[in-house]
Amino acid sequence: MDFMPHLVVVPVVLPLIAAALLILLGEKRRRARVLVNIGATLAGLLAALAILWQVDSGGEPAAIGVYLAANWEAPFGIVLVADRLSALMLVLAGIVGLFAAVYAEAAWVRGGMYFHPLFQLQLMGLNGAFLTGDLFNLFVFFEVMLAASYGLQLHGSGWPRVRSGLHYIAVNLLASSLFLIGLAVLYGVMGTLSMADIAAKLASVPGSDRGMLHAGAAILAVAFLIKAAAWPLNAWLVPAYTAASAPVAALFAVMTKVGVYILVRLWTLLFSDGPSMNFGSDVLLYAGLATIAFGVLGLMATLRPGRIAGYSILVSSGTLLAALGMGNAAVTSAALFYMLSATMAVSVLFLFVELVGRIGKDGQPDLVGVDDEPSEDTNLDDEELPLVGQAFPISLALLGLGFIAAGLLVAGLPPFSGFIAKVSLLQAVLAIQPGDKASDVASQSAAFWIVGLVLFAGLATMVSLARTGIRHFWSTGGRLTSQVKIVEGASVLGLLFACALLTVFAEPVLRYTNAAAADLHAPQPYVNTVLATRPRPGPTRSVYVEEEAP
Amino acid sequence: MEVLLALVIGVFGGAGVWLVLRPRTFQVVMGLTLLSYAVNLFIFSVGGLFLDKPPLVTPGLPTDLEHYTDPLPQALVLTAIVIGFATTALFLVVLLASRGLSGTDHVDGARDES
Repeated sequence: MDFMPHLVVVPVVLPLIAAALLILLGEKRRRARVLVNIGATLAGLLAALAILWQVDSGGEPAAIGVYLAANWEAPFGIVLVADRLSALMLVLAGIVGLFAAVYAEAAWVRGGMYFHPLFQLQLMGLNGAFLTGDLFNLFVFFEVMLAASYGLQLHGSGWPRVRSGLHYIAVNLLASSLFLIGLAVLYGVMGTLSMADIAAKLASVPGSDRGMLHAGAAILAVAFLIKAAAWPLNAWLVPAYTAASAPVAALFAVMTKVGVYILVRLWTLLFSDGPSMNFGSDVLLYAGLATIAFGVLGLMATLRPGRIAGYSILVSSGTLLAALGMGNAAVTSAALFYMLSATMAVSVLFLFVELVGRIGKDGQPDLVGVDDEPSEDTNLDDEELPLVGQAFPISLALLGLGFIAAGLLVAGLPPFSGFIAKVSLLQAVLAIQPGDKASDVASQSAAFWIVGLVLFAGLATMVSLARTGIRHFWSTGGRLTSQVKIVEGASVLGLLFACALLTVFAEPVLRYTNAAAADLHAPQPYVNTVLATRPRPGPTRSVYVEEEAP
Repeated sequence: MEVLLALVIGVFGGAGVWLVLRPRTFQVVMGLTLLSYAVNLFIFSVGGLFLDKPPLVTPGLPTDLEHYTDPLPQALVLTAIVIGFATTALFLVVLLASRGLSGTDHVDGARDES
């Protein structure tokens, strides 16, 4: 393990310093703020890539990077842990964050105060939640992330944002209360809050305390299911994300995945072995299936592109939860690949929503009135001539092609990464043999439910996006103008290019997610590495370390 | 003492849940505040309830849990109070913005007389 000693903490500290710097720079020095914001986000992405490279270089099992905050060893101090899953999530947040930051520079940063510091604090909360190995520290990073997200969600102000923001904040405060209750119950049973320590001591919990343990874990899971937007806890998501400005909504697509990430992390760590094996997997499975079904109904019911993007998040969350509920390493691996593809795809879609909304509307972001029916004779230009045979402006053509690409990505049709993700997911689900899972009461029929719902969700997404595309690109009343700034176009194309790279390099990525899933479903090396990491000898601690050395 | 604390937590929690479900934003804020009281007391109580036992190591007392109370829940409660206070303050700001924009303190901004 030749981690640079402090590399693991960089994704947390860097955005924090950048945020402080951005507040000090004030609102006037615009060029400096842009440089700091994008520079810090880019540096965070590079650090995440370095962590990923380090973690994966160790072969099998992963070289897990452990950072002892303040040099205290694991059960007593807070640890930051970078394993394959954490590194993957860091890179995902870095990619989406970078392009959202670039996109925001075109217009949205001038929509209100303190966009840049809030953006960096949001990234800090996300990265911290992905890295931390301690439950209470996870709560703190959750709150950092949420507090920043409240500000970002309201960025630009206006009644729809404030109204949905009010609901969003209330729901999240309730979720935080549940988080604390679950955490307290777990502490009462286990006497520790370090995730690795809980996993190590789980087998020695007496049978009389096991009910309490399960209750605590279930309350904790409800808090995460609210964040992951599982049905019926997801009514807040679509209004809040639709009302938020485009780059913020793109970043929020990653935030929903934090809930999924924590569920994957804790569930595999605590319940992939031992007497409580597979506790709650059926709940995850059926909550996931219900979420997909709810998302599909929403997709069919709406014509607004923003809401379509919101419901696509629900569909992807549901798919991930159902896949996790199968409790199978191959399915988890495919689900991780699906998570990469789906998150980037929905982020692209959120950015497109605003660009598409601008067509023929003088460059003003305007999402109201999209539901108005176009009249029969609108397919004419200003001189009352039919539009057939007229040349498209090049920017509009690019916009249309990009929209089609984003649609194919979200729906999971070939030739993009969404297709590969769905095929590998369905393949893995169908390959499950009876008996692979300890409590497979219904896993066979559940497998067919997953296959059916995932395929049907793809169809519904395609239908919904096709209807929106026709309405916006073909029946705009002849005023085919679009104001897309170069920065916005570049960031959207960049994100699409990242998806294309994911398609081309699907095999190494899938190999990586396979290894990550294998690590997750056999968590003993993770636990051992975290608990075996000793503090570095310091000027005052050297005697103590020598005493403790085995 | 345990019964009393359990009753207090239960009353706070019940009142909080009821208030959160009310249609006025002020009631929702009060409900969330009461819920956070209940949660904080609950965290405090998971370390066990003892009288006259310090959470810090004192010279002369043997260092085992017979003679001390668990310091960790107290530290957790402190952090939870601070964070809960900050997010509730943030919620209040949004509440005021909503009141200013909609002219009513209904959670949906509707002007009904419920």
